[in-house]
Amino acid sequence: MTQSHITQNRVTISAEGLSVTRNEKKTLDIPSIQVLRDEVLVIIGPNGSGKTTLVLCLALLMKPDAGKIEYKGEAVKDDHQILQIRRQMAVVFQESLLLNTSVWNNVIMGLGFRSVKKEEAKARAQRWLERFGVAHLAHRQAKTLSGGEAKRVSLARAFALEPEVLFLDEPFEGLDSPTRQALTSDFESVLRETKISTVMVTHDRNEALILADRVAVLINGQLRQIGKPNDIFNYPLDEEVAGFVEIGNILNGDIRQQINGMAVVSIGSNQIEAVSPIPAGARVTACLRFEDITLSLPDGFDNTTSARNRLKGVITRVVPLAAQVRVTVDSGFQLTALITRRSYEEMGLVEGKEVSAAFKASVIHLIPHK
Amino acid sequence: MLVHGDRQVLQIVLLSLGVSGAATALSLLVGVPIGVALGLNRFPGRRFFVTLVNTGMGAPPVVVGLVVTLFIWRNGPLGLLHILYTPAAMILAQFIIAMPLISGFTMAGIQQLDPKLRLQIQALGASRMQMVKMLLLEARLPLLAAVMAGFGAVISEVGASMMVGGNIAGQTRVMTTAIVGEVSKGDFSIAIALSVLLMILVFAVNLFLTWVQQRGKKS
Repeated sequence: MTQSHITQNRVTISAEGLSVTRNEKKTLDIPSIQVLRDEVLVIIGPNGSGKTTLVLCLALLMKPDAGKIEYKGEAVKDDHQILQIRRQMAVVFQESLLLNTSVWNNVIMGLGFRSVKKEEAKARAQRWLERFGVAHLAHRQAKTLSGGEAKRVSLARAFALEPEVLFLDEPFEGLDSPTRQALTSDFESVLRETKISTVMVTHDRNEALILADRVAVLINGQLRQIGKPNDIFNYPLDEEVAGFVEIGNILNGDIRQQINGMAVVSIGSNQIEAVSPIPAGARVTACLRFEDITLSLPDGFDNTTSARNRLKGVITRVVPLAAQVRVTVDSGFQLTALITRRSYEEMGLVEGKEVSAAFKASVIHLIPHK
Repeated sequence: MLVHGDRQVLQIVLLSLGVSGAATALSLLVGVPIGVALGLNRFPGRRFFVTLVNTGMGAPPVVVGLVVTLFIWRNGPLGLLHILYTPAAMILAQFIIAMPLISGFTMAGIQQLDPKLRLQIQALGASRMQMVKMLLLEARLPLLAAVMAGFGAVISEVGASMMVGGNIAGQTRVMTTAIVGEVSKGDFSIAIALSVLLMILVFAVNLFLTWVQQRGKKS
């Protein structure tokens, strides 16, 4: 009883049975999701998976076709109540969506709607414009700003509201890379300081890893997995999640043997060993990160003696990337590894060459099929 | 006559401005809310209303004049008002001409705003009224274009004013009806003088509105 009471107090927004249907297709179908107090919940998922729809529902900007939303334990019902709750939230969209007036008016506007006293509002606007490094733009017309400046103003506008819950829908999308990096690090430190309950949609894995307390994966309008970033990125629950979080090699196979927590999995015409309790006979998907595989020449010096798996194969494809090289090896099944440019050059890897691919049994994540 | 002024001409100009100004003001009062409602909401029958507004935007003043006359004719449904051949009738007719223009421009102005802007304004904590106010402020350029179009249409129309006003000297004679009257009498000089005046007037009003409209443009 007391236990449930404590968890109740930690829930800021709770949604049950959320469903949104557009053109006879369910764009959102979520039995249950919670936003906890002071947490940063990052929502990831492919395009069109319903991330924005979910944010709009939770931010009470869109009425779901079905479902019940509670804010701080109270069921959300009438429009008046919605307005009052909305005035405790803030939303930053992908587009900066500044109004055609001065920067200052943009930041102060929401405080006016929320009847914050004039002096207090001015102080807050000034403080947050400064915090995001755009105080010198206060008297500029919003539409004369660059993309990065506009985004900073739109963030300052949201934080000046000092909301209980902050929603961000891909806020850094569409900015060039240096601008994005500078802004993300500013935003990150602000978020750490303020400890506002935050729901953020992003495409960027690194952003999710850096910012999130919890990550939710949305695919086809369904909540496929929710949990600690580490769990999501290393132990995806199903193949689609694994594919989306770019876990690396996704291989289908069958467990042949199970010996004391070590599973022997046959994949293609070869076998690998993985640390897993899944019994023999099960059909599984094996996830193996590109960077967890080491390549060596069959007759060369080998520094990966501790690796349990060692597969001989022939290189089928070499793709040089900016800092690394992606090498695909056929060893009874296609296996892709990321190696440094240096070792790529040292080993003289070309298509058709024979190599040995090594990886530990503990780096493989097995997902049993239902 | 232009230089020395003339009580009669002055009266005609003032009546023109008064009638068309009042009609435009009334049209704003009614037309803007209609434009906002059509621009913001999706409801069954909306397409019909939009078509109605669009048709109204191109309604010939003479036809409007005829319909209004039929309504306020002694035996008409509004005959009891006894407003035929009064400035009130002219305001009514011009209101019917300008209102769809203003609704149409307002609707277009609201619709061309990013739909997400509504969400953003709501997310800032705006009530529905506050949101509409911000959207109208955001659409101020097309809105002023609406005022210009509405006022321009009614100050320059002649068919309806002639029909419901009657071009009675000293009572319902406005610039356009006076011009028609003078030309039909063969008195071109007064017609030309009034035409020049009318053009100057329309130009001055639009100059002012354009100034207001473009004021915020440079930063």
